[in-house]
Amino acid sequence: MTATRVAPAVEMVLVSKVFNRGKPNEVLALDDISLSVGQREFITLIGPSGCGKSTLLRLMAGLLDPTVGEVTVNGKTANQARADREYGIAFQTAGLFDWRSVQQNIELPLQLMGWSKRERRQRAREMLTLVKLEEFGGHYPRELSGGMQQRVAIARALSFQPSILFMDEPFGALDEMTREHMQTELLRIWGETHTTVVFVTHSIPEAVFLSERVVVMSPRPGRLFAELPVDLGARDFDTRESPEFFERVTAVREALRRPDGVE
Amino acid sequence: MRFWERLGRISPPLVVGLGGLLLWELVLRVVQPGGFVLPPPSEILSSAVENREVIWTAVLSTGWIVITGLISGVVIGVLLSVAVSWYRLADEAITPLAVAISAIPIIALAPIFNAWFGLLSPRSNQLVVMLLVFFPVFINTTRGLTDIPLDQIDLMRSYGASRWEITKEVRVPNAMPFFFSALRIAASLAVIAAIVAEYFGGRQDALGPLIIQNAGLARYTDAWAAVLAGSAIGIGLYAIVRALERFAMPWRAAVNQGIEG
Repeated sequence: MTATRVAPAVEMVLVSKVFNRGKPNEVLALDDISLSVGQREFITLIGPSGCGKSTLLRLMAGLLDPTVGEVTVNGKTANQARADREYGIAFQTAGLFDWRSVQQNIELPLQLMGWSKRERRQRAREMLTLVKLEEFGGHYPRELSGGMQQRVAIARALSFQPSILFMDEPFGALDEMTREHMQTELLRIWGETHTTVVFVTHSIPEAVFLSERVVVMSPRPGRLFAELPVDLGARDFDTRESPEFFERVTAVREALRRPDGVE
Repeated sequence: MRFWERLGRISPPLVVGLGGLLLWELVLRVVQPGGFVLPPPSEILSSAVENREVIWTAVLSTGWIVITGLISGVVIGVLLSVAVSWYRLADEAITPLAVAISAIPIIALAPIFNAWFGLLSPRSNQLVVMLLVFFPVFINTTRGLTDIPLDQIDLMRSYGASRWEITKEVRVPNAMPFFFSALRIAASLAVIAAIVAEYFGGRQDALGPLIIQNAGLARYTDAWAAVLAGSAIGIGLYAIVRALERFAMPWRAAVNQGIEG
């Protein structure tokens, strides 16, 4: 029997993105990016502000079209993958809708996909359990703390059980303690749901703690500087204080300050 | 407990309002600035009671102008903002025109509208109200429909949502607070516009003519009573708008409890 070849979760081949093409304010945001993300991998994109990492994520999500190059997601074009709801996405601003209760926010994608009310309600309850917010379904988002709002956003992104989760600095606006707690929670959810995660951040410890592979990007135009595997095994509270953790943090920091980089 | 809380919330304006009226009454009783230019509130009130039938007829007449003008202005404003939020071409065509219309002193057009529709026709008054209401509703609703964080639009696109779904689930609810603050402005604007337009023509049993006639005959107390009736329409409309607002946006009430009440 021949093993069925599984397409990578995300594949980018020689992708470039130019904004305002042909106008005086033309910007080359991304240059010659080639990157492959395996199924069930947890990968982090890290780089200074304005290096185009959010743009990269939006290209993967089919929310922007590349100027040059090809993006495939689960073997489909990014646009097709978006139409087929292959992925869930979460942003730095939790992006919850004020006018919908927490439960209704989680139900929104399911509602758009035509699920029945009963199925929606049941799945939303499961998701609330997954992010440990069982009691808050009836609340409105603005009644919740920042960390709780982000957990709702994650629950919403995963509600229809997509195989990929894109996250654009989701914990960027949280305080340090909440942030570390959310990182642990995210790893637990990742372990329970077997989702591929592409995570954008500008925090080095966050990247090292979360991911199996850190992709380091240069400032504008965004290029891939380095790809560093992070072989720390299962993370727990002590991971952050282990010498191996600091070694990886240092490695990423070094990669970020290559000669043509900042600092 | 709740009763006292409610009273605590409404009592400051009540105290200030009643205090002001009392002061007004006292000053006029003591100083008596001769003539009847500014009658004391007690006399205005007794005139209002005395002429209640004429005033009630006038309130109905003017109220009809206000309501019909308000509703048509709101409908047109909202429809155009939806068009503008959907089509760039509509935005480019309509928005400058709307701004140009808003720059016209619309009440100054009342005599011209009278010439169009006939001196005693209420159409001209409705048109004045409609045009005046249209602008704030259009501008604010358009802002609410279009001023949406990119993340929220991207999120909807990531669900493969259609334009109609984005409008229904995001743009419209996002526009609600903008729409209602415009409606609050428009409601009081509509009363002012109707009465001033009535000074120039329209039905003769309305508040405008009642104020003009009484003021012309130096019956200032009766004129004031008609003005009082006009402000009652405005307050009534405002209360209705607030009630609609709470009904339409329960999420705001939940979040702002204790702030907006």
